[in-house]
Amino acid sequence: MASQRVFQLGLRRAAAPGFVTFQPAGRIVQRRLAATQNVTATESNEILAKQRLQRPVSPHLSIYRPQITWYASSLNRITGVLLSGGLYLFGFAYLAAPTLGWHLETPSLVAAVASWPVFAKVAAKATVAFPFFFHSLNGIRHLTWDLGLGFKNKTVMQTGWTVVGLSVVSALYFAMAG
Amino acid sequence: MATTRALTRLATRRTAVPPAIFTRGFASVDPIAREPISKAAEAAVPDPARKPVPESQTSTIKEPEAEKGAKIKTFHIYRWNPDEPSSKPRMQSYTLDLNKTGPMMLDALIRIKNEVDPTLTFRRSCREGICGSCAMNIDGVNTLACLCRIPTDTAKESRIYPLPHMYIVKDLVPDMTLFYKQYRSIKPYLQRDTPPPDGREYRQSKAERKKLDGLYECILCACCSTSCPSYWWNQEEYLGPAILLQSYRWIADSRDEKKAERQDALNNSMSLYRCHTILNCSRTCPKGLNPALAIAEIKKSMAFT
Repeated sequence: MASQRVFQLGLRRAAAPGFVTFQPAGRIVQRRLAATQNVTATESNEILAKQRLQRPVSPHLSIYRPQITWYASSLNRITGVLLSGGLYLFGFAYLAAPTLGWHLETPSLVAAVASWPVFAKVAAKATVAFPFFFHSLNGIRHLTWDLGLGFKNKTVMQTGWTVVGLSVVSALYFAMAG
Repeated sequence: MATTRALTRLATRRTAVPPAIFTRGFASVDPIAREPISKAAEAAVPDPARKPVPESQTSTIKEPEAEKGAKIKTFHIYRWNPDEPSSKPRMQSYTLDLNKTGPMMLDALIRIKNEVDPTLTFRRSCREGICGSCAMNIDGVNTLACLCRIPTDTAKESRIYPLPHMYIVKDLVPDMTLFYKQYRSIKPYLQRDTPPPDGREYRQSKAERKKLDGLYECILCACCSTSCPSYWWNQEEYLGPAILLQSYRWIADSRDEKKAERQDALNNSMSLYRCHTILNCSRTCPKGLNPALAIAEIKKSMAFT
């Protein structure tokens, strides 16, 4: 195949009238005005390796447009870490409480919170309630995705904002209630 | 004699085929942990994630001949020159008269290169969204420059970056080597051992063919993969949405006989399961495809077998 093409090319070159003596610039021969330099394969590999080490990484997180897709996903991760981390912290503290002499039993906690001002109570309850509701409701979205449902762009946006709205509303409700 | 030789060759070839676990390609996780390439780069260059110099600290190259009534729009374009390797990337500003520029972002880029600054470097070919060369991050979203209209609101400035979290060869040209290697690793071709029943072609029913709609249109522009935060952080092992969509294109193909092997190659913690259904991929696909759905279908097919 290759030899055939080379042969054809040779034929064409030979057939071209006065190829060697007469060169209408820009018609047959492409002129390269830039100075080039022949480099062996190993040398070019070395140059490439050197270049690769110097290459910058293009900007990513800081320039990507805020969208409900990845903002909700990162919020889901953050709330998950907060909730489980909080649970572990409280669990271990509760276990260690008798030896350390802390009072983490329900009645003493209730009494402690009851003495707080209203503002602090609402703020504390909202900071627990929002991650809880957001993570739970977004979890339902993830379960439906695992079933292969709700992948249309429009559906994803709608369900995403619905989850945000619902979790804000329910967080506020439980922050205000009681 | 010839027959025996042929037979021996056939026999040795058959036995030489290693069991499936050893034939895993690039996609699987090495039992021996490799040092990722990026680590080597980090050691050599103190900070590969050099923040670009903001446009406020660089010059603005103006429209050559601004006329009266010109609709001047500003473009901030990411520049980095490999000939000055230690320099920081910078955001170069250009102003163009929209009356003299075509409607698409690619037209603006080509006009800048032709008339204002010939050193601007970007990939482009078909200018109609079929080759996938001009994939870049325009105003914060990955898309093809040739399919992206220039917003006519001249008060708003446009920002053009290369595809996010890729090593940059020059200006808007990212290094796609790894992406193509990953594509190669999923064996993107029909694998069959049995000949067609009628001896002519592998036939499909209409329903079987319909499964490939929304998959075969992918042009591998890498917009989706480079929009995926999971792919940003785990590029070396996670295949990314584009490659997984292609993988599903072969898993879903009724004519392919290596479905189990294809699934097995993805059955590790990194190749497929780094997808956390963030869904940036489907949101950004310039061809309107749904890589996230394809990945979900792969996961389903592997969970319910």
